[in-house]
Amino acid sequence: MLILAIDTSAVASAALISDVAMEGVVESFATEDTRSHAEVLAPGIEKLLGDAEVSGADIDLIVTGVGPGPFTGLRSGIATARTLAFAWNKPLFGLMSLDAIALEVAESTEAQAEFLVATDARRKEVYWARYTLSEGQLPRLVDGPHVGFASELPDLPVFGAGGGIYADVVNANEEFSTTQPDAASLGQFAMALLAAGAELPDSTPLYLRESDAQVPGPRKRAL
Amino acid sequence: MNQPSTVQPSTVQPLVLGIESSCDETGVGIVRGTTLLTNTVSSSMDEHVRFGGVIPEIASRAHLDAFVPTLQEALHEAGVTLEDIDAIAVTSGPGLAGALMVGVCAAKALSVATGKPLYAINHLVAHVGVGLLDGAAGGGTGGLGAGGQLPDNLGALLVSGGHTEILRIRSITDDVEMLGSTIDDAAGEAYDKVARLLGLGYPGGPAIDKLAKQGNAKAIRFPRGLTQPKYMGTVEEPGPHRYDWSFSGLKTAVARCVEQFEARGEDVPVADIAAAFQEAVVDVITSKAVLACKENGITDLLLGGGVAANSRLRELTGQRCTSAGITLHVPPLALCTDNGAMVAALGSQLIMAGIGPSGVAFAPDSSLPVTTVSV
Ligand SMILES: [Zn+2]
Repeated sequence: MLILAIDTSAVASAALISDVAMEGVVESFATEDTRSHAEVLAPGIEKLLGDAEVSGADIDLIVTGVGPGPFTGLRSGIATARTLAFAWNKPLFGLMSLDAIALEVAESTEAQAEFLVATDARRKEVYWARYTLSEGQLPRLVDGPHVGFASELPDLPVFGAGGGIYADVVNANEEFSTTQPDAASLGQFAMALLAAGAELPDSTPLYLRESDAQVPGPRKRAL
Repeated sequence: MNQPSTVQPSTVQPLVLGIESSCDETGVGIVRGTTLLTNTVSSSMDEHVRFGGVIPEIASRAHLDAFVPTLQEALHEAGVTLEDIDAIAVTSGPGLAGALMVGVCAAKALSVATGKPLYAINHLVAHVGVGLLDGAAGGGTGGLGAGGQLPDNLGALLVSGGHTEILRIRSITDDVEMLGSTIDDAAGEAYDKVARLLGLGYPGGPAIDKLAKQGNAKAIRFPRGLTQPKYMGTVEEPGPHRYDWSFSGLKTAVARCVEQFEARGEDVPVADIAAAFQEAVVDVITSKAVLACKENGITDLLLGGGVAANSRLRELTGQRCTSAGITLHVPPLALCTDNGAMVAALGSQLIMAGIGPSGVAFAPDSSLPVTTVSV
């Protein structure tokens, strides 16, 4: 099985994941910055396919991170994934983006029985979720995702860039202090879930915040 | 044989799919050469009603969910497949940044998935490009470019909730100039704000246009922005805003007028205010547009944008163009409002002119200048 995974909840990233390749990852790319998704994502995917000598027909399904993440960036990945899935006539699923970091935590020597994953939500807030981990199992989401102030997080070790930014107020894991959700990990998570017979959710974005729009109040009369 | 040998068959009558997402309309249009095959639009306008104006984040969310269904419907209506398409065109600006991003990412993904060339094009010029479609210029069956030639001295007046501009078009593919534009609100925005002041709901244009018919436009006189000599100057020495508009002062004047009636405890003459406001907007738009045409040798004027639906704007533009000897072209309303067909129409012109595609690495530009027809 060959999965194309895309995530733009923080940085822009994409990966080809195969259940027969070493370590699962055939090709992948990720940007450093969190602001240029529209420019880099399509060329990145084009190169990914070219380098792997893979065409749309070879891909079995597409997985996209559905956030949470800053809205405009997040939508660029979902719009890309939905359009590719339509054009290639392939199934499309969505995974919560923080799962990508949770899987990396589970596979690292820093693994904990219970931990938080957090990314930057701007406006002095973080997107976060709580996971538990048992030996030999995939991390299990037990709370979240939420958006809120770092100072109000449960008292657990925090993995991901959202912890690193607020290391003064949270118990941030140093090894993971700059880690962002990455499509390669997200695709591996999807592959593992499918292998375990799980059904994957759809690509509905997790905005967590309403649009900032205010319904205007009645106009004040002069008298 | 008058075709250069390098011209591929597809550059003669290219099948182009156009994508528009710069404001609150998700549009997908398909044209073959200058023939319109479909113009499919999904609007999020209803979701903005309670806010009295377009909320960018709400528009962006709606684009994301509407894009694939709109694309699917367009392909179905046109009876073509993605395979058949020769090229894709997308609005890359100007417009709302987050909204543009959705269409641009989707268009790039389509290009990557199908291997078809992608053209990133200017939304304002696309409003003019739509006039080149067969039957789109109003009146006869031929478009503006019937006979393969644009009128020599073409201008375009674009009026909508997003823009108020007068353009000069020497070549639709590479020579477009901005003669004047609004320096604050777009005319359509002014309609929305005044409609809210008068309690008429959203969108304001149709509501005010309707009510204005029952009012006396001469009952009140509202200011025409940027018409004082210091802004206008003379033909020889034009002022800084000779062909520009401003609507923020007008909106304030309407608010003050309403307050005065209320302060005196009188009924607010809503119909008269609507009529007088509309007259002020339409008068200043048409007088400056016609002035710009006369002083720049423009003999054909295309009217575009959603406010082209306004009955008084059409009427007065028509009268003033006729007196000035200018031929006015008004496309059908569905092609005046934001749509994908206009994007496809301009894309088709670019291909027929032999202009190369944009690739997939460009960034959308919310303030793309009108001089950049394609990226
Ligand atoms: Zn427009």
